[in-house]
Amino acid sequence: MRVWLSHHSYALLLALKRLSGNPFPSLLSIIVIGIALSLPAGGYMLLGNLQSLSGHISGSPQLSLFLAMDSKPTDVSQIGSRLKQHPLVSSFKFIPKDHALEQLKQGSGLADVVDSLSQNPLPDAFVINAKNTDPIVLDRLHGEIQKWPKIDHVQLDSSWAKRLDSLLTLGRLAVLMLAILLSFALVAVTFNTIRLQILTRLDEIEVSKLIGASNGFIRRPFLYFGAIQGMTGGIIAWLIIALGIYLSNNALADLAALYALDFRLQHLSSRDCMSLLLFSTWLGWMGAWLSVTSQLSQIETQ
Amino acid sequence: MISFSNVSKRYPNSYDALTKVSFTIDSGEMVFVTGHSGAGKSTLLKLIGAIERPTSGSVIVNGQNVGALKGGAIPILRRNLGLVFQDHKILFDRSVFDNVLLPLQICGFDPKEASGRVRAALDKVGLLSKEKVKPITLSGGEQQRLCIARAVVNRPSILIADEPTGNLDSDYAHEIIDMFRSFHQVGVTVLIATHDAARLGGSQDRILALDHGALTV
Repeated sequence: MRVWLSHHSYALLLALKRLSGNPFPSLLSIIVIGIALSLPAGGYMLLGNLQSLSGHISGSPQLSLFLAMDSKPTDVSQIGSRLKQHPLVSSFKFIPKDHALEQLKQGSGLADVVDSLSQNPLPDAFVINAKNTDPIVLDRLHGEIQKWPKIDHVQLDSSWAKRLDSLLTLGRLAVLMLAILLSFALVAVTFNTIRLQILTRLDEIEVSKLIGASNGFIRRPFLYFGAIQGMTGGIIAWLIIALGIYLSNNALADLAALYALDFRLQHLSSRDCMSLLLFSTWLGWMGAWLSVTSQLSQIETQ
Repeated sequence: MISFSNVSKRYPNSYDALTKVSFTIDSGEMVFVTGHSGAGKSTLLKLIGAIERPTSGSVIVNGQNVGALKGGAIPILRRNLGLVFQDHKILFDRSVFDNVLLPLQICGFDPKEASGRVRAALDKVGLLSKEKVKPITLSGGEQQRLCIARAVVNRPSILIADEPTGNLDSDYAHEIIDMFRSFHQVGVTVLIATHDAARLGGSQDRILALDHGALTV
């Protein structure tokens, strides 16, 4: 245990010394890694925000039921009682046409236009909350109600949310592909950094091996180096995203205000941040491992 | 402790460096390996440290067949040997102290205990006052002593030196040999390759003489 500890603290110290001994190249590789990571991680952050936005607005999907213009109060009460008994409907609200017109007048700033109308162009309407938010069930409910008498039109409010959802799925796929490609780039960057280091330390490796160093002993400082570089790159990526959020949030707040929304970008959750750091550390370690292993086997065959 | 039986070594596309060499060295012996340049002295020493592997025959060190050792066992064998290389193999990017510290770091010593041992080893070879300097500023003899300190810091049971007096003048060479003798006196098995055993060896020392890869004495 003490030997293990001493080996690892030695390797860690050596890796830190090598990093700080060559600050400029180290910094450049770390920044490259940080930028490469910030692209997919930033994309992921944006997707998460968009998703929370869509969830925020649509909540549970609603059905809007517009009655025919010639429907009478008896039709309204009949439909009301049918909805009350329907197993898939959890609640509903009746919006009489006069009320709807009043809302339109107040909300849209079209008061003058509305006042100039000779008669109310709006139909009576019901807004229904379904018990089940499964799109298939909603579609069935939609189709069923559509066939009832005196129903002019049924609007499923979740359809735009569904469109956004499939767009988000597409976006997630794009982010995933970007992440995979840039992960390779990160491994490649680390691979080369470590390869150069090994080439400048061939003497040290040779002497160490001659006086009894195992491959593990030689490999360890390089692995630590790769892991630290990866982790620092992950922190840089986090900072880049934080800066991006900070810079765009003011502009976004103005934009959101125009749509009467309270929307600000949120940074990655602490769990996602941990994943980002662990993943970047692992990638750095991986690149270093590949590099050292291939270099050591080359040295051994010489 | 060290036993060669019918050991031959042929380098690829080259001559036979050693042919059918057999001998046994007991624990605590002091042995000179002599012979002209190219007689196979270095090859013989390299076989003991598993730096080269025999083409045929067996090399037994501390009961282990060195030629058949798996990759992972070689480092452990080498940690029990003190090797002084012909070309020194000093690391010039670190201080004298750190050069001697390296074998202890490889074995995973506690840093405090390690630095005590390093100072003791440097003291034994008379370099304690130069522990902080870079090896490039040392003279040839001092570099040789640095190598010896690095070889003995781990307190090995076998000390192997390849031409440790190579480019040193006579006085200095005797000083170095005396240093090896003092290690021998505390029970270390010492094996020294030199082309000049006549000058350096005492009458009581055992000599293995090589001629074109074959043992003559």
